[in-house]
Amino acid sequence: MPLLEVTGLTVGFGEVESVGDVSFAIDSGERFGLIGESGSGKTLTALAVTGLLPENARRSGLIAFDDAPLPENERALARLRGKRIGMVFQEPMTALNPLMRVGAQIAEALALTDTPGDVGALLEEVGLEPRHAGRYPHQLSGGQRQRVMIAMALASQPDLLIADEPTSALDLVTQAKVLDLIAELCTRRGMALLFISHDLKAVARLCERVAVMHRGQIVETGATGEILGAPREDYTRKLVAASQLHLYADAGPPAGPVLLETEGLTRRYRQPGTWFLAGKPLTAVDAVTFSIHRGESVALVGPSGSGKTTLARMLVGLDKASDGRIHFEGETYTGADLPAHLRRDLSLVFQDPFGSFDPRLTVAASLAEPLRLLPAMSAAERDQRVNDAIEAVGLPAAMLTRYPHEFSGGQRQRLAIARALVTRPKFIVLDEPVSALDVSIRGEILALLMQVRRDYGLTYLIISHDLDMVRAIAGRVLVMQAGRIVEEGTPEAVFAAPKHALTRELVAARMPDLD
Amino acid sequence: MTFSRHPSLWIGLGATGVFALLALVSLVWTPYPIAEIDIARRFQGPSAAHWLGTDFFGRDMASLVMSGALTSFVVAALAVAIGAGIGIPLGLAAASYGGPMEWLALRLSDFIFAFPALIVAILITALFGPGAINAIVAIGIFNIPVFARVARGGSLTIMSLDFIDAARLAGLGSWAIAWRHLLPNILALIIVQATIQLSLGILAEAGLSYIGLGTQPPATSLGLMLKDAQSLFMLHPFLSLVPGVAIVVIVIALNLAGDGLRDALDPRLRRQGAPHAAA
Amino acid sequence: MHQVKVVGYLNPATCTVLHPPPCGEGEGGGGRTIRLPMILFLIRRFLGFAVTLFIAAAVIFFLLDLLPGDPARFILGINASAEAVANLRTQLGLDAPPLTRFFAWVGGMLTGDFGTSVTQRAPVAALIGERLWVSLPLALMAMVLSVAIGLPLGIAAARRRGSLIDTGLMVLAQLGIAIPNFWFGMLLALLFAVVLRWLPPGGFTPWQENPLAAFTSLVLPSLALALPQAAILARVMRTALVEVTGQDFIRTARAKGMTMGEAVWRHGVRNALLPVVTILGLQFAFLVAGVIIVENVFYLPGLGRLIFTAISERDLVLVRGITIVLVIGVTFTMLVTDLVYALVDPRLREGGQR
Repeated sequence: MPLLEVTGLTVGFGEVESVGDVSFAIDSGERFGLIGESGSGKTLTALAVTGLLPENARRSGLIAFDDAPLPENERALARLRGKRIGMVFQEPMTALNPLMRVGAQIAEALALTDTPGDVGALLEEVGLEPRHAGRYPHQLSGGQRQRVMIAMALASQPDLLIADEPTSALDLVTQAKVLDLIAELCTRRGMALLFISHDLKAVARLCERVAVMHRGQIVETGATGEILGAPREDYTRKLVAASQLHLYADAGPPAGPVLLETEGLTRRYRQPGTWFLAGKPLTAVDAVTFSIHRGESVALVGPSGSGKTTLARMLVGLDKASDGRIHFEGETYTGADLPAHLRRDLSLVFQDPFGSFDPRLTVAASLAEPLRLLPAMSAAERDQRVNDAIEAVGLPAAMLTRYPHEFSGGQRQRLAIARALVTRPKFIVLDEPVSALDVSIRGEILALLMQVRRDYGLTYLIISHDLDMVRAIAGRVLVMQAGRIVEEGTPEAVFAAPKHALTRELVAARMPDLD
Repeated sequence: MTFSRHPSLWIGLGATGVFALLALVSLVWTPYPIAEIDIARRFQGPSAAHWLGTDFFGRDMASLVMSGALTSFVVAALAVAIGAGIGIPLGLAAASYGGPMEWLALRLSDFIFAFPALIVAILITALFGPGAINAIVAIGIFNIPVFARVARGGSLTIMSLDFIDAARLAGLGSWAIAWRHLLPNILALIIVQATIQLSLGILAEAGLSYIGLGTQPPATSLGLMLKDAQSLFMLHPFLSLVPGVAIVVIVIALNLAGDGLRDALDPRLRRQGAPHAAA
Repeated sequence: MHQVKVVGYLNPATCTVLHPPPCGEGEGGGGRTIRLPMILFLIRRFLGFAVTLFIAAAVIFFLLDLLPGDPARFILGINASAEAVANLRTQLGLDAPPLTRFFAWVGGMLTGDFGTSVTQRAPVAALIGERLWVSLPLALMAMVLSVAIGLPLGIAAARRRGSLIDTGLMVLAQLGIAIPNFWFGMLLALLFAVVLRWLPPGGFTPWQENPLAAFTSLVLPSLALALPQAAILARVMRTALVEVTGQDFIRTARAKGMTMGEAVWRHGVRNALLPVVTILGLQFAFLVAGVIIVENVFYLPGLGRLIFTAISERDLVLVRGITIVLVIGVTFTMLVTDLVYALVDPRLREGGQR
């Protein structure tokens, strides 16, 4: 007798059907994964199961918990939910009440379900200390907040734990730790787990059975090994292929002379302090020295807060170094004083496709903006460049008159690459170029990046926390921690035999391959 | 932006338009000249000859209302112009440059908040005597920090987006970015705020004129009409009803328009820091 | 009189410090700003308050100093001899350079001496104090009434969002915001004093003589002031509550086992109160101005009457004194609002600027 049985679940808003005829069952103590990309309806399914759908949603189908259908009465449903099901959501910052101490929020979960228990013990169970109970959410880190959420979910000793993308907002090392924690808790407490994610490797690591969802329907269901090892459906195959990126051999132009070099580059921030006492200075980048040769594809990896983005900003001239210098093609600068004639040779592709274009400007206007660095161009030449750029990234020139909101995330990232190409630069910094994209699209964009690199003879500095992507497209890796480069080498060498503690942690946090 | 989707917007804009039109028309024509006094006809109720009756000097109320509305609109509009004209650049500069510039702008804003329009009006009147200019300046000064805050808040949100950095990479300086990227994106916020400040300005002007610090005779304003009606309102309540209702209706129309504009222009406006109370 | 409605920008989320250094997401990171204990925060705000007042005093003083004309001559009349005028000037301390007179004034105020009115020959402090007995209770009553009426109505509207009651209340609120408070006062006087004869239409008996009569003469004026404020508060409360309902932590509360209603009540209301507190602070500041105007409608002997007399008689000392008192009142309420806000929202206590 399954713990949770969903039959023919359909969820819709107005005319639109977001979830169609979904059926699955989870046994007591079983770990079940629901794989899907954004828009697949996976979160709505979880919300439907717990009765947390928005007011304007219509729902049909049968949901039975412990052989009894979900109660219709709001109060009864709420109590059932509180007692038997624990939920962990994606964004720990907004999921916690900012005005209440975390200990009080956990205690509330205990009191609501009349469960005897101790907040301190719960905190310890999730790897925190009892003293954290007195903190407010904004005083904790992302990983700590997620642990608090898990503690709250566990408080009532539920039979089923639903985790919806619990680690997407966390950095790689923390991700691994939180997932391990969830696995351990499920085993120890004999809880069933419904794990929802787009990350195939994470699901594979934790779950015995999986279901794949696409556009509101379940595509296939079965044991993890079978589904991911030998997928039957096309969509599943596509997902599996996307998470096993083919190694792009370093097929670009051979490495040439040194293009860019830094020398003791440092960036310090003054903290906001009290009135007359300045805060302690924070060193975001600490005496970093490295060089990049022409034609290379170098990756910069490290946890958030390691200074990667600050370093990148200084290289392209968005920020001023406190100390040290940067040499580019024989000229020297310290960041924001990057001379105008050099600016056209350096570009940056941003991480978030949705924030990188001014919503009020047409794509043509946005793409043409960097051409201000080339004042000698005529209008006709400008138009030609813009056309070339957009076609180079695989989009038709007819789309130039459209506005950013008319494009999908993947298309916008292509446009971002086009914008970076329009001044025919020599060096491009890519800040997490595919992390904000759906898994199935990442492969295309990475392939495009490699192709463009070949065609235009570019040099890349890629910032990422995703070691798999790094292995796929970089010839050399620099590992950064707390503002310093702590290790360097080819991806194969560094991942096979990491020397520094952080590198070892990062490598260990990588999910094992799907076979 | 069809009517059925945004009824309040069109009703509000429509009503405001009607009043604005009436007010403008009063520049060239009113049913009776507002200076025309005819004691014999005073205190009359509404009739065919005088649609809204006459006041205690026998002046035609309808004409007075049209003319008074014009003054109210003009004062409020000029005050918004002052507030926006100084406040928006201030807010943009604060957001774009940060550091001491921002600190100064914020302190200035806070400081002006300590001087509500009434107090400024008092000071100006003490110096120069009463007049409509006082109202304009006093209300205008108070509008400055309002627009500065809105401009700054909206700009800060936008500046956290990457396309601003992309513009910097393209070589644009802070003012170029403010002009090309920030201003168009905060325009919706500013328009909504302007309608609110317009309606507040009309209320403020009425108050100032009522206590004698604003519009002075022979000019007329809705507040001044209420002042004149004050001494007699127990005996002839109608005199105070007409200008009061006029104020209420105009302000409601403006508020509806503002609410409607906010809903129609961009539902994301709220997250960008749009006014709460006018929800 | 002048009611400010802009608040969105006062949301702490959009007012954070610029250029935040990258914030660690790893374990044990936590906030990087320096933790200010509450005491330092209080000191900082209080010092800001004092500085603002000082600058305000300077502005008022030097602005009024621009006034042409000689107060001494004004008092003694046109026919007074030059000698008498000169003597009076020295007596009044008008000979001293402006800066000296400014500091003398400020110094005096710190000891409670706001100068002596030239026209009424009485200490300004006493004159103001006398009138405060009318204006202050009026302001407080209006404040209390507006909160007592506005907040519950706002909550009621939010809970029944989309229903007829909600629409009805919001329509009423639209009306309330648009009504000039002094005109509303006139209408109230008409209804309750003239038609129903329940309450006095104006005038004021001092508290010492007859507290009950004093109180009843303040009822209509405070209602006139309170209702437009209540309308604004109701709208803000409703909006804030509706917005809060969509927040993630409400979903978490429901996941823990609460119904929607319970979740909103236990978690939502406190968060929704944040923008309400801000508005309250601003509104009180304008209540101070509104009081002056409404006093006119009901012939109350408050600060309003005093200042108009002072202006028309060009009694600069009195004008100065009343203006600075009003500014102190406004600034003080803003200070209190800031403190209450920081009390409620722990995020604001950490070193950042607002």
